Amino acid sequence: MSDKLYRVLLIVAAIIVPLVCGGILYALATDAYEAFNHFGFFEFLTSTDWNYTEGEEHYGALPFITGTLMTSLLALIFCIPFSLPVALFVGEYFKDTKVAAILSTVTDLLAGIPSIIFGLWGFYTLRPLVMALNISPQGSGVLTASLVLAIMIVPYAASLSAEFIKMVPNDLKEGAYSLGATRAEVIRRVVFPVAGSGIFSSYVLAIGRALGETMTVTMLIGNTNNIPQSITATGNSMASIIANQFGEAGDLRLSSLIAIGLILFLITAIINMIGKLMIKRARII
Amino acid sequence: METIKPILEFNKTCVSYTKQTMAVKYVSASIQRNTITAIMGPSGCGKSTLLRAVNLMHNLYPNIHVEGEILLNGDNILSMEPIDVRRKVGMVFQRPTPFPTMSIYDNVLAGYTLNGIHLAKSDKDSIVEHCLKSVTLWDEVKDVLNKKGTFLSGGQQQRLCIARALALKPEILLMDEPTSALDPIATKYIEELLLTLQKEVTIVIVTHNMGQAKRISSHSMFMYLGELVEYGNTDTMFSCPSDDRTKAYLTGKMG
Repeated sequence: MSDKLYRVLLIVAAIIVPLVCGGILYALATDAYEAFNHFGFFEFLTSTDWNYTEGEEHYGALPFITGTLMTSLLALIFCIPFSLPVALFVGEYFKDTKVAAILSTVTDLLAGIPSIIFGLWGFYTLRPLVMALNISPQGSGVLTASLVLAIMIVPYAASLSAEFIKMVPNDLKEGAYSLGATRAEVIRRVVFPVAGSGIFSSYVLAIGRALGETMTVTMLIGNTNNIPQSITATGNSMASIIANQFGEAGDLRLSSLIAIGLILFLITAIINMIGKLMIKRARII
Repeated sequence: METIKPILEFNKTCVSYTKQTMAVKYVSASIQRNTITAIMGPSGCGKSTLLRAVNLMHNLYPNIHVEGEILLNGDNILSMEPIDVRRKVGMVFQRPTPFPTMSIYDNVLAGYTLNGIHLAKSDKDSIVEHCLKSVTLWDEVKDVLNKKGTFLSGGQQQRLCIARALALKPEILLMDEPTSALDPIATKYIEELLLTLQKEVTIVIVTHNMGQAKRISSHSMFMYLGELVEYGNTDTMFSCPSDDRTKAYLTGKMG
């Protein structure tokens, strides 16, 4: 009897989770329908207008898609010089030592810091610095947001990459050393190529984190509804435009925001799926 | 026997993993050029540890200490740069280790690429052909040189690894149970290969397989609990071992 009950409970739990996910997707799609129907799906994706003057309402998602892709890609580029050395330190040079354990714990701690704190730090420390260095007059913008995003995704990229670097068989490394290779050559010619697809997939997952990050970007990107013309310009990401405007929006604007949310959901889901698939393939080797 | 200068000499060589325990204890022996020397002994007797000391593999692990002397043509290896030693002393491991991201062609040349040495295409081609021919792999792979080395069978992979070690023209080839992961036919192939290779290179081979030692080696070492118990002509050792422990091992009463 209790066995049966247990079974039913598990099945119910297993059904609820996909249902919630499907429900969110359904709700997003029905609420976004108005915007897609009004402007046309393709037009909505490619329009750069974001005009909410009554009577002239016109909404397009392109500036925010651009903003999201720009901040995420830049964050990815900025995070490599920090995360790759950490991964090598933990996974190869000081593998299984106390120092490595401490470093990887501290790096993982970064992942636990609430994004609002990164936002505050960016706003009160990094933004004045960007102004003082005359990089941009207002301090906020794509660059500032990307720099803070980069720090936020370091732990995701670093800890997963370190796992893949650790998995490179010792036999293989010894084989290379026995041919007279230096450590740098072993890393360049053996460790990186062998762990390569795994390292790449950890960066794909890291960019998945960056795409949807809301609070930090909202605080630092400058919140202007245009396509950023340079990396120091201001703009808005998909997440930040929603965070900025959902409270005051109604009808068509709300539906447009939800449509942006749906697009973000899909992009993030696809990127995460690609990353997970790549990890699966990399683990087999 | 000692009239010709030996290529490799152990002089009171000791290897320790921790301060208290020595894995190899005061081994002294000299090995002649162009011979095959087999190192035998039960598991954990220190035979692989001794072999790995010769190309300074232990330098990769900071807690392992090697003491005494190991002389290569009269020069102490232990005070030389590991990179220089390893180019002169090649090594083949128990499990074949072709580099999985490199083609067969690139695997043979890995010793050069890993050392940052650039070769002309014609030199590369001739090294690859010569080395693959000397391990009798050429005819099997000459049409698939651009395929990954990991597609080959275990025995072929191991011959590829031998070719890779030979490409650097080493003076000594260390082999750590090179056939223990292979089937009998592949094993036979490699044994025949070693007998022809000894014209080019001095071979020191660790083996669990007494039959193998008897078939291919001219000299044998028997190690037990880190000590070199007996060293001499293989035929003599197998027919009348001078130490009781050697006798017990060779007759299957120990090990």
